[in-house]
Amino acid sequence: MSSRTPSFFDEMRAPDGSVRPAYQQLAHWLDTVPKDVLDYRRKEAEFIFRRIGITFAVYGDAASTERLIPFDIIPRILNRGEWQKLSRGLEQRVKALNAYLHDAYNKREILRAGIVPEELIFGNPVFRPEMNGQQVPHNIYVMIAGIDVVRVDPDNFYVLEDNARVPSGVSYMLENREIMLRLFPELFIDHPVAPVENYADDLLATLKSVAPLTSSGDPTVVLMTPGIYNSAYYEHSFLADKLGCELVEGRDMFVKGDMLYMRTTEGPKRVDVIYRRVDDDFIDPLVFRPDSMLGVPGLMSVYQAGNVTLANAVGTGIADDKAVYSYMPDIIKFYLGEEPILKNVETYRCREPDQLKYVLENIDKLVVKEVHGSGGYGMLIGPAADKKTIEAFAAKVKAAPDGFIAQPTLALSTCPTFVEEGIAPRHVDLRPFVLTGRDKVRIVPGGLTRVALSKGSLVVNSSQGGGTKDTWVLDR
Amino acid sequence: MLSRTASNLYWLSRYVERAECLARILDATYRLSALPQGYGSETNEWDSAIATAGSVISFKENYKEANERTVTEWLAFSPENPASIRNCLEIARTNARSVRTALTGEMWDAINSAWHELHRYDPKRITREEFTRFLNFVMETSVRFDGTSFRTMLRNDAYWFSRLGFLVERADATARILDVKYHVLLPREAQVGGPLDYFQWASILRSVSARTSYHWVYRDSVKPWLVADLLILNRQMPRSLASCYENINRYLDDLAQFYGRQGQAQRLARATASRLENGRMEDIFQSGLHEFITQFLIDNNRVGNAIGDQYLI
Repeated sequence: MSSRTPSFFDEMRAPDGSVRPAYQQLAHWLDTVPKDVLDYRRKEAEFIFRRIGITFAVYGDAASTERLIPFDIIPRILNRGEWQKLSRGLEQRVKALNAYLHDAYNKREILRAGIVPEELIFGNPVFRPEMNGQQVPHNIYVMIAGIDVVRVDPDNFYVLEDNARVPSGVSYMLENREIMLRLFPELFIDHPVAPVENYADDLLATLKSVAPLTSSGDPTVVLMTPGIYNSAYYEHSFLADKLGCELVEGRDMFVKGDMLYMRTTEGPKRVDVIYRRVDDDFIDPLVFRPDSMLGVPGLMSVYQAGNVTLANAVGTGIADDKAVYSYMPDIIKFYLGEEPILKNVETYRCREPDQLKYVLENIDKLVVKEVHGSGGYGMLIGPAADKKTIEAFAAKVKAAPDGFIAQPTLALSTCPTFVEEGIAPRHVDLRPFVLTGRDKVRIVPGGLTRVALSKGSLVVNSSQGGGTKDTWVLDR
Repeated sequence: MLSRTASNLYWLSRYVERAECLARILDATYRLSALPQGYGSETNEWDSAIATAGSVISFKENYKEANERTVTEWLAFSPENPASIRNCLEIARTNARSVRTALTGEMWDAINSAWHELHRYDPKRITREEFTRFLNFVMETSVRFDGTSFRTMLRNDAYWFSRLGFLVERADATARILDVKYHVLLPREAQVGGPLDYFQWASILRSVSARTSYHWVYRDSVKPWLVADLLILNRQMPRSLASCYENINRYLDDLAQFYGRQGQAQRLARATASRLENGRMEDIFQSGLHEFITQFLIDNNRVGNAIGDQYLI
């Protein structure tokens, strides 16, 4: 296999070694600050994280049920122009996701127009027939979206993945900023960093704006968690705290006469909006998985009666899997009549014979993914795999081409990162959070930057040793 | 407030208090067992410790004999003992995690740091000296948790539930200590103030950290009926049954006012409190100290259950 060293876009330095404008002060600071100061503050950051208990659980890992996500103290910086373009693109994308979901569960004009194939909706295991013709307040399905984007050059952001079910990570965005303000206050004097701390207020306003039409006065919002053993439990409690709402589990709620109530010390109290961090499968054992202990029996009947809002709506999974991803540019054009602002990674659908042929011929250069896989499982990274693995995977693809897509390997941008040997470039992605309410779309400037800490790695997932960075959008 | 949140707050405080009580019992037992033969009592102090902790049956299922090693292991570290100090702190932290949103940052920090610290003690290799440090650590944890609640919590239902858990547990612990040792407190014509019992009385006071308080209150040498008075009726003494109930009453009233409803918990607590308020030591001795304490343990349990039924489920 021929291997050329790909030249990656570095967020701080141009290929000639000069520093990009947004990073001028930071680069100077990095050059002058003593290494032991950085080292000391890094340790301090870790100590603070452990103290406040920002941990996540790795399933099947009994020895360390609570782990810290490594935090890198060097921020990732975007200038205002970059952010404006990105946020316009995000808003456009999420509008299209919502329009698609509304259409898919109602008139299905997109099928009649022949833009996407029927199987994409009906053949999808996370398609929820219960949602057919179901009205949701203001036709909003995805109130909270996390859109994973990567950068490959100065001008282009690519969307890697849409997360329209229960995206997580926003607590890290908020806590990372808190830590940076605490550890490096001097940096914020030189940098006009747009604040992110209004995220919780934005989220609450968004959630209240989609309250059921039947709810009276000030709607009661709750955050529903699967409980303390969930890997994102810290985030759930953190957000409930910031929202000032109850953190409920399924067992705290019950259904009576088409209404949903929670058990309180003063007796039952009606619930209007649930920001649920529990998957569709588990929210109501009477409708979905009967063995679920995490849900509320009858919740769906209250939902269908329009007496409670679920955020996100049930059945949004059909909008964010890898199969529909490849149609997103067409979906945006169809519903909004606009050209997509953010790019899609070129995607070969193995379901189409000519594309399958191309994929099989070039499989050693491509990343091949299972349509319903996630978290880096069930995929082949062609350039990194040996011949035997490739052949075995090719056979799998040939046997069931519908279940696979393929993409070229992307040259993710790098960002200076504090690692064992000093400061070195590491690959990063970005997950901004997009809030859609009745009144407007809200996006706090920034998001969660994830960084692959081992050299050359492109895998930023926290379950596989990825870390996080604070993300700065400069207000200039 | 969610019933589950109230329940977690209530039990969080109960478990922290329970861990401290166990640490004090162990501390007092170590002291007593360290006395030369003839100063202690004829009974095995380690047996008493198990009885005071209320785990005689489950202890016997796991060990043949009560001695320093087995009792320390069982009460401090054993994973099999649901109420070992270690398990109390584990459960306390689990509860704290579930109600992060109802705790102040300082309270969470107290519990979370304690939990990290707890894991530094290796029960297999712990020396006597380290064990003393361990007991101090447990007592300090409780003081810190209690102090942070007092200083940082809003005075609303969350605070009252937390206080109630702490007080119900504390009343239970004091009553148990009295229950196991009541015989040395009975007035006996023959050997009042005999050297044998003196150390027992001192030990009772030590297990509720009241040696100094005793002298301030009574300005007298240690006398068994005064020890009983201090722990049962004296409202100046924060661990006395009377003081616990004065406060249980008060916080239950706060809740009733806040929610606009009185219930069974308020009624039962008021009855128990007034029995203590109007009680006189002579009468209690006359009608039987043991019977009095047994009845109190039952009453306290009822109040705990009534709080549970009324608010926590």
